[in-house]
Amino acid sequence: MSALRQIAFYGKGGIGKSTTSQNTLAALVEMGQKILIVGCDPKADSTRLILNTKLQDTVLHLAAEAGSVEDLELEDVMKVGYKGIKCTEAGGPEPGVGCAGRGVITAINFLEENGAYDDVDYVSYDVLGDVVCGGFAMPIRENKAQEIYIVMSGEMMALYAANNIAKGILKYANSGGVRLGGLICNERQTDRELELAEALAAKLGCKMIHFVPRNNIVQHAELRRETVIQYAPESSQANEYRELARKIHDNSGKGVVPTPITMEELEEMLMDFGIMQSEEDRLAQIAAIEA
Amino acid sequence: MAKDIPDPISPEKLIEEVLSAYPAKAAKKRAKHLGVAEAVPEGETEIVSKCDTVKSNIKSVPGVMTIRGCAYAGSKGVVWGPIKDMVHISHGPVGCGHYSWSQRRNYYTGTTGVDSFVTFQFTTDFQEKDIVFGGDKKLEKTIDEINELFPLSKGITVQSECPIGLIGDDIEAVARKKNKDIGKTIVPVRCEGFRGVSQSLGHHIANDCIRDWVLDKGEGAAYEPGPHDVTIIGDYNIGGDAWSSRILLEEIGLNVVGSWSGDATLAEIENAPKARLNLIHCYRSMNYICRHMEETHGVPWMEYNFFGPSQIAASLRAIAARFDKTIQDNAEKVIAKYQPLVDAVLAKFKPRLEGKKVMLYVGGLRPRHVVTAYHDLGMEIVGTGYEFAHGDDYKRTGEYIKEGTLIYDDVTGYELEKFIETIRPDLVGSGIKEKYPTQKMGIPFRQMHSWDYSGPYHGYDGFAIFARDMDLAINNPVWGLFDAPWKKSA
Repeated sequence: MSALRQIAFYGKGGIGKSTTSQNTLAALVEMGQKILIVGCDPKADSTRLILNTKLQDTVLHLAAEAGSVEDLELEDVMKVGYKGIKCTEAGGPEPGVGCAGRGVITAINFLEENGAYDDVDYVSYDVLGDVVCGGFAMPIRENKAQEIYIVMSGEMMALYAANNIAKGILKYANSGGVRLGGLICNERQTDRELELAEALAAKLGCKMIHFVPRNNIVQHAELRRETVIQYAPESSQANEYRELARKIHDNSGKGVVPTPITMEELEEMLMDFGIMQSEEDRLAQIAAIEA
Repeated sequence: MAKDIPDPISPEKLIEEVLSAYPAKAAKKRAKHLGVAEAVPEGETEIVSKCDTVKSNIKSVPGVMTIRGCAYAGSKGVVWGPIKDMVHISHGPVGCGHYSWSQRRNYYTGTTGVDSFVTFQFTTDFQEKDIVFGGDKKLEKTIDEINELFPLSKGITVQSECPIGLIGDDIEAVARKKNKDIGKTIVPVRCEGFRGVSQSLGHHIANDCIRDWVLDKGEGAAYEPGPHDVTIIGDYNIGGDAWSSRILLEEIGLNVVGSWSGDATLAEIENAPKARLNLIHCYRSMNYICRHMEETHGVPWMEYNFFGPSQIAASLRAIAARFDKTIQDNAEKVIAKYQPLVDAVLAKFKPRLEGKKVMLYVGGLRPRHVVTAYHDLGMEIVGTGYEFAHGDDYKRTGEYIKEGTLIYDDVTGYELEKFIETIRPDLVGSGIKEKYPTQKMGIPFRQMHSWDYSGPYHGYDGFAIFARDMDLAINNPVWGLFDAPWKKSA
């Protein structure tokens, strides 16, 4: 067994982190890797496609029922899914109450202390939307994920979120060993999407790991609570995820310290691509219409 | 060795010397908190401060040993805690409530555990799951259990500890819901410890909650208020202070309908807006609610001081002046009645205490209020300072102290130690944290927060105890044994 690799998927909410990560991990397991998924989202939907079931019992809900995490056994919270992938969900409070960030910290500490990380090649963290507080930065702190993969698209807010996450990584890159593994572009069919993703990767000083084309088969698989790898192993989309998995596997130790840009630089980039109008152009256009 | 008397040094020089130990930035900041009382400027009245230039009520410098508390301490410990027939829940993890349990010595009458709960400690004892999933349900359950176990409790307050504010629990919603369920007053207090710079904001928040969740919610009992009804505000009955104050007010013919919040009941709080006059002792912690009652209910308020015979007599006359001739005559009779007691106390203790130098460092009222009590005994205040006073407190300090008195605001451990070491007063009056370092320097000490497990100190009866206690501390033969016998100088 090679050294444990810890990776994490971050990105704007709804961008497809959970879908992309589960498909990629299903492809990695085909390559003979032993995998543990740590879902770090109170919605607890990071393991649904691997387990083929609705929702699994989360660490925090079971802990709350039992009294505290000390009353839990690892077997209670760890389920085994597609081709032996071990699945755990941190869980957390219902929206609007409590502290989900503290929940992530509690759950990750419990899993580590109870040996969930033993005998696996990969630990993959699937983290909600943005790095909103210390709790959701837990996976990028020291001795956790070595590489972060940011799932993004050509949409402005996805680019903005990716840049923000890079800022979070930069903060911890200096104190710990975390690196930006690269960008994964989940196609939304926006204008000049691939070029834009590559341009942002260049700005951040990282690789555009893979461009995942849009394919409705992903939806079909998801509706059946399956990954594309499981649902349609022969499909072209399954091969895309296999390609992504291979690239991530080969990317070990090749992560970078990102160089995030300012909001102004980001907007300039969008103008350069002709996606966003400058103030002058916009005024000129309004004047032309009125004339 | 330790008793060598150093050469006298001017307070200005002393401040300079103390500040010189700091890095430039800290020295600059701390310089604004240290000062010397100046002479009254020409044309000003004695009331105008000689020391209102001291910068106060701002953040302590990180790294120094400040003695300040937190907003929770100000609300739970000071304002709400003494209300005896309500249960006060320390809402959050166990420590805040447990380690502040019964520290203020608020005396009360009643049957503890049946209709009075001051010396009880209630907490929701937060665990990790309460942080992650929120503690509202646990709070509801706690309130239900309290209501069942202590059916004679008149109400419940929720004293927020830090995590409540961090996780954003909606304690107001719980309070409203439980108020409907059990029909008792439930007061949610947002006094998370991280708010503000000291316990002072906790007093303010607690006052605001009295306004919003008690006074604004009902009329109090239906009764016709009498012409001499007054409420004591800002007396926490430490060692029985409110009792020794109340008898004097009653002797001059006033009807004390409530005492906030020492030995108080919820009903006394509710009925206060009907009184004719609010008499406020601790201005710092309760001026807010007095201003509110003045604006909203038309109840005037005035400050008074029941420490030492000079201030007691002056206060009784000033209070009586707000009422009719009978009350005013009564005040004179009461003052005359207690004069023999005062004379006896002074005859016994003044010769033993005269000329002794005192340094004080207390909370937000006593650094000025007790000064005259020491003066009455012929003692001299050489330095005084507040933990959490505001500008208006320093303005009020001027009339009590003499020119050349050292003033220190939110004093640091190092500064206070240096001041005491250099000035070597005959007595230091401060808190438990200052007590033992001072005594180890060979200097007598009295706790001026808790009265060192003695009291009361308010009123004429209290003055007798005060004088005795100061004598016990200063003239204790133990100070003659301070040097080790084998180190006896030749």
